[in-house]
Amino acid sequence: MDIHEYQAKDILSGFGVEVPPGAIAYSPEQAAYRARELGGEKWVVKAQVHAGGRGKAGGVKLCSSDTEIQAACEGMFGRKLVTHQTGPEGKGIYRVYVEAGVPIDREIYLGFVLDRSSQRVMIVASGEGGMEIEDISAEKPDSIVRSTVEPAVGLQEFQAREIAFALGIDPALTAQMVRTLQGCYRAFTELDATMVEINPLVITGDNRIVALDAKMTFDDNALFRHPQISEFRDKSQEDPRESRAADRGLSYVGLDGNIGCIVNGAGLAMATMDTIKLAGGEPANFLDIGGGATPERVAKAFRLVMSDGNVQAVLVNIFAGINRCDWVAEGVVQALKEVQVDVPVIVRLAGTNVEEGQKILAKSGLPIIRATTLMEAAERSVGAWKNDLSQATRVRAVK
Amino acid sequence: MSILLDRDTKVIVQGITGRMAQFHTRDMMNYGTNVVGGVVPGKGGETVEGVPVFNTVKEAIAATGAEASLVFVPPPFAADSIMEAADAGIRYCVCITDGIPAQDMIRVKRYMYRYPKDKRMVLTGPNCAGTISPGKALLGIMPGHIYLPGNVGIVGRSGTLGYEAAAQLKELGIGVSTSVGIGGDPINGSSFKDILERFEQDDETHVIALIGEIGGPQEAEAAEYIRDHITKPVIAYVAGMTAPKGRTMGHAGAIISAFGESASEKVEILSAAGVTVAENPAVIGETIANVMRKAA
Repeated sequence: MDIHEYQAKDILSGFGVEVPPGAIAYSPEQAAYRARELGGEKWVVKAQVHAGGRGKAGGVKLCSSDTEIQAACEGMFGRKLVTHQTGPEGKGIYRVYVEAGVPIDREIYLGFVLDRSSQRVMIVASGEGGMEIEDISAEKPDSIVRSTVEPAVGLQEFQAREIAFALGIDPALTAQMVRTLQGCYRAFTELDATMVEINPLVITGDNRIVALDAKMTFDDNALFRHPQISEFRDKSQEDPRESRAADRGLSYVGLDGNIGCIVNGAGLAMATMDTIKLAGGEPANFLDIGGGATPERVAKAFRLVMSDGNVQAVLVNIFAGINRCDWVAEGVVQALKEVQVDVPVIVRLAGTNVEEGQKILAKSGLPIIRATTLMEAAERSVGAWKNDLSQATRVRAVK
Repeated sequence: MSILLDRDTKVIVQGITGRMAQFHTRDMMNYGTNVVGGVVPGKGGETVEGVPVFNTVKEAIAATGAEASLVFVPPPFAADSIMEAADAGIRYCVCITDGIPAQDMIRVKRYMYRYPKDKRMVLTGPNCAGTISPGKALLGIMPGHIYLPGNVGIVGRSGTLGYEAAAQLKELGIGVSTSVGIGGDPINGSSFKDILERFEQDDETHVIALIGEIGGPQEAEAAEYIRDHITKPVIAYVAGMTAPKGRTMGHAGAIISAFGESASEKVEILSAAGVTVAENPAVIGETIANVMRKAA
C-alpha cells in the first residue's frame, strides 16, 4: 500500500528524520492560509498523488506570494497529474502539501528496499540526488552505494557511518546522517514497509540534513498489525475497479484489452493472459480468485469483470486444487443467473471433481462455451469475441 | 529416489484442526502420505482424522518420530510455526500459508541460519501448493490424480500453473519424479537454485522443468546455476509476458521492479544458459516431451 508524501514525512519525523515544516491543504484558499501560518518568504506547493516524477509533470511549484500559491493550486486541484509512473490516465489531485522553502546545498538519493537476492533490507544511496534511481543506475552507476542490513541486530552505527563517508558527507554531519539512516531503518522494520525512499535528502545551506521528499510503501500482508497505517489508504489514488476488488478480497489488475479473465492462482492467471494474447486477443484484466473460491466469490468476480465496459468475452479458467470444480461450476451458474452477462462466457475446468463440474455446467442450460485445454479456451474466447463482434455489426447493419 | 519426500516420510500437520487443514490432511492420507500427527497449541490430546494432536512440535517428534511438517497456520502466526518446526528438528517443512508479512520471513530465514547446514531444516514456500512425489506421497494441497510417477522434476513458483504442466504431461503419458512449489512470495524458503541442486543429484529425475514468472532475481540466478552446474536437460516457462511493469500480479513477489525481472528478459537469460524455453503455457508438456525424445 502506498501513502502520500506528507504522511510519510510525518511518520519519518517520528523516527528522528528531519523534515521541513509543512501543512496539508484541501483548497487553494486553505493552502494560502497554511503558507501564512508557516511564515517565511518561499513555499513549495506539492500535489499529493501516489506517484513519483511529480516535479517534471508540474505537480511541484515554488511560490513566493499568496497569489502565486493560489494560482499554483488552481492548476492542481481537481486535475489529473500525469507522470511517467501514473500511466496516461494520471492520478487525481485532491490535496496539496505546502512546505517552507529550504536552501539546498547538496542533494542525495536514499532508498531502503527489500532485496530479494540477499533476502534482507538493502540501503541504496547515491550522491546524485534529485534524479530517479533508474536514471542514476543507468548514467552514474559508480555513484551508488549499497549496503544490506543483518536482520538480527539491525542497522549498526558503523554501517551507517560507512554510507555517510562513501557519499562524501561533511564529517561534522556524520552523526546526523547516522540518525537519519537509523530512523529510516527503524521505520521500515517496525512498520513493515517494503520501500522507503527519500529523494532528495538534502544538505541545507545551514548544514542540516533534511528529507525534502519522502515515499513509503507498506506490506499489504502486514497491515493487520498496523491499523494506523491502514487508515492512510486513499481510494482516490486507486483504479476504482481495483479498489472494489480489494474490498472484496480479490486480486485484480485492470488492463486495456477486451477479454475478461477469471482464474484461480496468480501464475495461471498470468499464463492465461499470455495465451489469450497468443491466440490473437488482448486480456482485459488480471484476476486471481484465490484458493477456497466459493460460488459467492465467483459471482463477485463476474460482477467485477463485467464492470469494465470494454469486456466483450469472459474466460473462466479454473484448475482446482484447493478449489473443487463443482463449487466453481455452481458459482459460474449462480453468477450468470444473478449478474447480467451479455457477452460470450467460456469456461475451462480441470483438476479435482472436474466431471461433476462439467455436468453442472451442461445441466444449467446456460449458453456457456466449454473448453478442455488452455489453448482451446483462449482460442474459443478470441473466436467468440470476434464472432460476437461480427454479429453485432450485422445486426447494426440490418437496422 | 525422489527428492525431499518419500513413501515412508513421517509427516505432521501444524494447524491440523482448521477446516481446510483437515480436508487436505484426509486428502494426503488417501494419497498415501504417512501422516502421523498434528500440532495445535492448546489442543494436545485431541484426535483429528485418526491421528493424535500435540501442543508442540517437540512433543509430536518425541511421540511419532516425525521428520516433515506441513504448516497450515494463519498468516500472523505462520512464521512462528515455521521457526518452531526448525527448532524442534523437523527436516523438511512445507508452508502453504499465503499472506505472511515479508519481515516475518526475513526473520525466519535468519533464524534458520542458526543451525549448521547438516541440521538446518529445508523450507519450501510459503504461499505454495506443496511438494508431491507421485505414487509415493503428497505434502500439500495439489490434486494428486493429475500426476503420473516418472522422471520429470518440476519446480515452480505458482501452484495452479504447476498443475497445468503436470496435467499436460499426464496427457502425453509422461510422469513426474517430484514436483516442488517454491511459492509466490518475495522472500521464500528455498530458491529455484536450491531445488535444482537436489534434482541434479536425484537418479530418478532425468529432466527438469522450471516454471517461473515475473518479478525477483531467482530465475536469473537459476540460469547461472544451470549453466555452471546442471548436466540434465532443463525446460522452462515464464509467466507474465502481458503483465505491466510495476504492478503486483496476485503473488506478492510477482512484480517487475528492476532490470531482468520481466518475462521476456528472464526468457532471454534462461535461453542464453542453454535452457529450452516453452513459448507459451499450452506447450509446456509438448516441449518437455520433445526434449526427452532428443535426450533418449
